[in-house]
Amino acid sequence: MTDTSLDIDRAGDRPKPLLRATSPIWHRPAVVSALLLPTTLILWEALVYWLQVPRIIMPAPSEIGVSLWNNLVSVDFYRHVWVTAIEALFGFALGAIIGFVLGAIIGQSPFLEKVFYPYIIAFETLPKVAFAPLVLVWFGYDMTSKVVITAMISLFPLLANTIVGLRATDQDQIDLFRAFCGSRWAIFWRLRLPNALPYIFVGLNVSLIFSLTGAIIGEFVGSREGLGYLIMMRNQTLNIPSVFSILVVLGALGCFFHYVLHVIQRRVLFWAPGVRYNG
Amino acid sequence: MKRQTDPLIRARGLGKVWETKGDAIVALSPLDLDIHDGEFLSIVGPSGCGKSTLLKILAGLVAPSSGNVDLGGTPITGPRPDVGLVFQAPMLLPWRTVLENVMVPIELQKRDRAAGRAKAQELLEMVKLGDFADRYANELSGGMQQRAGICRALVHDPKLLLMDEPFGALDAMTRERMNIELQRIWLEQHKTVVFVTHSIQEAVFLGDRVVVMTPRPGRISEIVDVPLPRHRDPSVMATAEFGAIADQIRRHFELEGATDL
Repeated sequence: MTDTSLDIDRAGDRPKPLLRATSPIWHRPAVVSALLLPTTLILWEALVYWLQVPRIIMPAPSEIGVSLWNNLVSVDFYRHVWVTAIEALFGFALGAIIGFVLGAIIGQSPFLEKVFYPYIIAFETLPKVAFAPLVLVWFGYDMTSKVVITAMISLFPLLANTIVGLRATDQDQIDLFRAFCGSRWAIFWRLRLPNALPYIFVGLNVSLIFSLTGAIIGEFVGSREGLGYLIMMRNQTLNIPSVFSILVVLGALGCFFHYVLHVIQRRVLFWAPGVRYNG
Repeated sequence: MKRQTDPLIRARGLGKVWETKGDAIVALSPLDLDIHDGEFLSIVGPSGCGKSTLLKILAGLVAPSSGNVDLGGTPITGPRPDVGLVFQAPMLLPWRTVLENVMVPIELQKRDRAAGRAKAQELLEMVKLGDFADRYANELSGGMQQRAGICRALVHDPKLLLMDEPFGALDAMTRERMNIELQRIWLEQHKTVVFVTHSIQEAVFLGDRVVVMTPRPGRISEIVDVPLPRHRDPSVMATAEFGAIADQIRRHFELEGATDL
């Protein structure tokens, strides 16, 4: 077999997407997507103006913009952003680590899986935010209690996806590693865990989205700082444009978290075809 | 075909029964088999004839329920470092490069990495994959992946190479080229090969001997010698001698009424 050229049936001769130079610009999703936001804002502004909607019910985008600007130039605002971001990130990390370690232990044997599964399901169906007042009593008004609540919420997506991911390795593949005298430990680290990574990243994506929710809920229940606290304060003074502007900041924070994880995921899972970005 | 007094593998009364709830399925009825050092032994038979079970016992992945089997004088009780294995699917790890995949047995057996790397590179050159060492597995075609899989099975220099329908998933053209390639590897590497297939042609083309197995229950019907000279060329398949051997094997399956070959 001297000719390997026949074997190279990959990139190169794959059909490239046709350039639609002639198709109208509004047929391109990216263009439509980019136009959607300004169109909505203009329409919103116009409706609020024409229908004379009271600002305490629905402020106009321009008012929200002014309020956003006022927030962004205030040093104190960044303290609240920082507190919420840290609560979410620490809670996410703590929950993800505990969820992964528990999942990795339980995923070691079908026996353990069967033993723990009913309890996992039972606990998973419980709304974790219902624990928030209790956690506040145990861990106080400061950031710790929010980290704990966030961790509780972030834990289960990791736990469930780690177990499913570890189960996903092909038995023949495990047999091959066994035949090469691979230890149980080596099979876990070199085969089952890498194989589980696409599932684990699905869990991480879900947990990361949940983590901001956890931090905000915790702050709603009781706190002295953070964006959740700020929302409650502005709501009480009926400063609705400011509430909206905080929502915008929260959205941006969530997008930033998601983006960072996405970049990590693309680096780690470069080999996984069609990795879906859930959540 | 080297015949020595002591076979490399000696199986006596080797059998496997799968016990399920209140039911026992005979996967392999007790058989005796000697495999000689340096021999290329083909095992041919339809699905359910126990050929894969026999191979898994030799690989130490499945414990026999009766009899015993020795490899180089010591009983096979589990996976051994002097055995290489190739399955039907190449099963390369997609997160590793071709070279890193070939290195897997070296890592699992904690052998010297530098020496293993050199050996891996040498094997990849031998199967014309030297330029692909740093590519990822999914950048290779099926035939190239399986060649890398064969390198992985040889990198720790095993005495015995076990192959379970290694070319079963490839198209006919690639398969024929892989057969020629495998013969060359075997002639160069002086390994003992046990090659499971359900293609009679492939079994005869490659084998010094062909073990013919039939199902229900899985057992050896006959062991056919293939006295065709080496190095064999695909044109050998057109000879009367080849045809006669293939016919002799085929007859077993017609008698058994097995049409799923």
